[in-house]
Amino acid sequence: MEAIGEVGRTRGLQGGDGPRFDAKWLVIALATGLVAWLALVPLVFLVYQSFMTPETAFEPAVFTLGNFAQAYGSAETFTLFVNSVQYGAGTALLAMAIGTSLAWLNERTNTPFKSLFFALSVIPLVIPNILFTVSWIMLASPRIGILNAVMQGVTGTNIVFFDIYSMGGMIWVDGLQDSPIAFLMMTAAFRAMDPSLEESAMMSGASVAQTIRRITLRLTLPASMALFLILFVRAVESFETPALLGLPVGIEVFTSAIYQAIHRYPSDIGLASAYAITLLLVTSLGILVQNRITKETGRFQTVTGKGFRPRQIDLGRWRYATAGLYLLYIFVLVALPFLVLLWASLQKFYSVPTWAALSNVSLDAYRRVIAYPGVDTAVRNSAMLSVTAATLIMLATSVVCWIVVKTKIRGRWLLDALASLPLVFPGIVLGLSIMICYLTIGGPIYGSIWILLIAYLTRFLPYGMRYNMTSMLQIHKELEESAAMSGASWWTTFRRILLPLLKPGLLAGWIYIVIVSVRELSSSILLYSPGNEVIAIIIWELWQNGQTVELAAFGVMLIAVLFVFVMIAQSLGRRFGVREG
Amino acid sequence: MLTVRSLSTEYAGQKGTVVRAADDVSFEVPQGKFFTLLGPSGCGKTTTLRSIAGLEKPTGGEIRVGDRTVFSAAQGIFVAPNRRNFGMVFQSYAIWPHMNVFQNVAFPLEVGRRRFSQAEKADRVMRVLHAVALDHLAERDATRLSGGQQQRLALARALVMEPDLLLLDEPLSNLDLKLRERMRFELKRIQRELGITTIYVTHDQGEALALSHEIAVMNAGRIVQRGGPRDIYERPKSRFVADFIGSTNFVEGAVLAREADPHHWRVSTPIGELRVVCHEDLGRGEALTVSIRPEDLELTEAPVDGADGRNALSGTVDQKVFLGEYVDFQVKIGETILLARAHPSLRTPIGNPINVRIDPEKCIALPEDEPRRQAA
Ligand SMILES: Nc1ncnc2c1ncn2[C@@H]1O[C@H](COP(=O)(O)OP(=O)(O)OP(=O)(O)O)[C@@H](O)[C@H]1O
Ligand SMILES: [Mg+2]
Repeated sequence: MEAIGEVGRTRGLQGGDGPRFDAKWLVIALATGLVAWLALVPLVFLVYQSFMTPETAFEPAVFTLGNFAQAYGSAETFTLFVNSVQYGAGTALLAMAIGTSLAWLNERTNTPFKSLFFALSVIPLVIPNILFTVSWIMLASPRIGILNAVMQGVTGTNIVFFDIYSMGGMIWVDGLQDSPIAFLMMTAAFRAMDPSLEESAMMSGASVAQTIRRITLRLTLPASMALFLILFVRAVESFETPALLGLPVGIEVFTSAIYQAIHRYPSDIGLASAYAITLLLVTSLGILVQNRITKETGRFQTVTGKGFRPRQIDLGRWRYATAGLYLLYIFVLVALPFLVLLWASLQKFYSVPTWAALSNVSLDAYRRVIAYPGVDTAVRNSAMLSVTAATLIMLATSVVCWIVVKTKIRGRWLLDALASLPLVFPGIVLGLSIMICYLTIGGPIYGSIWILLIAYLTRFLPYGMRYNMTSMLQIHKELEESAAMSGASWWTTFRRILLPLLKPGLLAGWIYIVIVSVRELSSSILLYSPGNEVIAIIIWELWQNGQTVELAAFGVMLIAVLFVFVMIAQSLGRRFGVREG
Repeated sequence: MLTVRSLSTEYAGQKGTVVRAADDVSFEVPQGKFFTLLGPSGCGKTTTLRSIAGLEKPTGGEIRVGDRTVFSAAQGIFVAPNRRNFGMVFQSYAIWPHMNVFQNVAFPLEVGRRRFSQAEKADRVMRVLHAVALDHLAERDATRLSGGQQQRLALARALVMEPDLLLLDEPLSNLDLKLRERMRFELKRIQRELGITTIYVTHDQGEALALSHEIAVMNAGRIVQRGGPRDIYERPKSRFVADFIGSTNFVEGAVLAREADPHHWRVSTPIGELRVVCHEDLGRGEALTVSIRPEDLELTEAPVDGADGRNALSGTVDQKVFLGEYVDFQVKIGETILLARAHPSLRTPIGNPINVRIDPEKCIALPEDEPRRQAA
């Protein structure tokens, strides 16, 4: 593999710096080289490509500003920008409105069913975005939407009540899907706040509404702003929802425009790169500002004495109303989408639920999708890719985290920054960069399944960093030093002391990366080649072919498997105190 | 005037159990008095205070301020905390970090039912800031105050709305020793000047003794003794109170006979026969504990006898610790070791004999059954 060659070159340099040759320097060099290669090279190629004309059989690529001129010169790009911002902001605001109010009810009132709520950290993991979007098409499309059918039945008209193929529909689906993140983050923010700050407002005579407005929301303002940016970035990066809901009616955002530029004939890589760089700037800026705010927030936090004991507002009989709200939310977020998929999977042909359709229930779709050509290969590919990616990432980042946390090697912060760099890459931009990179370099990688592995390694590297960093920071330096004093070499210490201590984090991170790799679509969509499909691609193809019931059957099975995996991850996380991302 | 009657507050404990953090608590605080809830950690002081504030909902009892009932389980009355008009200072001070000093203090005037004009508001805020000597810092960011200034700011904020009751939850415990002593006097001065009825929670007996008109000692959710500071210190009613307030020596004993002087008894103990004071009726042979404060053991090298009616004992110096203003002697009498506090001028070496005189008034007899129950 190319990556190894690069690492080989770096090793000589780093190894020379050490006092003597040591397994330590080899491992450090390998990990550093891998990270640098993964994080930097595609970016370089992306930037390069955006300034080049396409290479053809007849003329070589030459420098040009044409791509940017084309991208920024057209009114279309302006629409694209407006759409992306509208979509990102709308999604972020919707998710925040839902998440914040539920978090407040959960943290500050005596609404029942609270424990149910923490199951929410699981939902966004279990239902892949593409399945969530498809299920909402089944629910709210003008033609086949169940909700429309129901409303039309009730009112006796044929008005279209819900149109999911619209900006509003996109915001609704994505906002709903991201609301658990908002819920979890606002819960954390409310918990971090000294409850006596609110109590003293109450004692000063402030009503509940005044306290919320003037104390609670004001004090969580930095957290909310950071959250808004996170959600905004997530939304402008997301591909599935805009592709499925926007493209059919001509609403394009950056991610779907990149996809379109590649998939038109002939494909316009230069234009796609120009779009990708613009999007990359937007997301980088968002994440930069968000990091700044989060750092500032530390200073804003107040000293708290003992007696940390949030008072819960007694809602009286209203708590049944708020409990109803909870249940409704969970119904809309989880039950409805899953049930509609389940329903569709039991049909021979997709139809709106009726008593008549009920008699057609069969398991045909499951049989057909299992026999569907390519499904077995895709499942095998996904399993192989996700397990390999998770293993390599967790091992490499454990070394990287060790370097960053435990050594005094100069420039180690750079390594940390590099390994976190892929965070700013939207999946589709990453796919595009990797595609350009290996097309330009040539060789067997492009068109093979390994290019997907490289994409997953890059994309999920930051997650590995986060899990390992948390555990690495908890390991006291003296544990290693005492191993060294006992005569252990660096390699023995790493293997016998550090890795076992990191194990809980390694395991939890490993499972998390397996899950997100299996769901990965937005990079894979640009990188797969016939015969090298993965699970997410199969779902995409089934949707493009209009094989709705097979898709539903496949989706139900996938959700079931992911659910089991997430449950394992959760119980490991609880046992070892690792936090889910 | 505050009246608390049979107040009980419960929390849900683990596995469906119920923790009764305040259990049948009753007391009255006359207008303008300083009342302290004192007790060890976890005894339910904060719970009682928060129940009065309305931040916890008690399960039983009644709370009245003057003739206004703010809580009554029987009548189903519960006035929300923001309608009670009580000022409260939290242990963490709970200074709002997004407002400056002035804004923090002005907040209660802005959210209350009564509307104030800008001028009136400024006037009231500056007056109360002046009272706590913070008027020169009015425009300062509230987060950039020293511990003592934050404490005074919290106090000013609690006072600005002229509350019917001032509630303080260990307001001095976050300060260092020197500052704590100074703020103790400040607090006392402000409370006495404004004449505001105050409930104070602390686990520091020194604070309680220095500040209060009346103290209630709590243990395991109950009030075990109430009285003036001197009363509580000099006449503890149980082993728990004697032990918690100040340091003391406990000597087990049994009643021998009643003496001629009223409330005086003869008691046999391992350190010899003692004359003790007990205001309750004791039976012959009844077991009891005698509590003697270290400063009440009078040490001397001169011979002593019981002629003046005082208890006279002899022992040897077992250990001594020089503490500057005084010397702590451990005196061994028989097999018992007593702690005595003496003037540094007494220099008897370790191992030498020493004589002890104790006023019977200072030997407090604590009937046995009571302390046993409390200790449980
Ligand atoms: N929210 C709660 N849920 C369950 N039990 C509680 C809760 N708050 C307090 N308790 C329990 O009630 C008892 C009394 O607590 P409280 O806070 O009133 O003690 P305290 O006297 O103020 O102690 P400290 O001096 O440590 O502040 C303790 O045993 C405590 O564990
Ligand atoms: Mg307390």
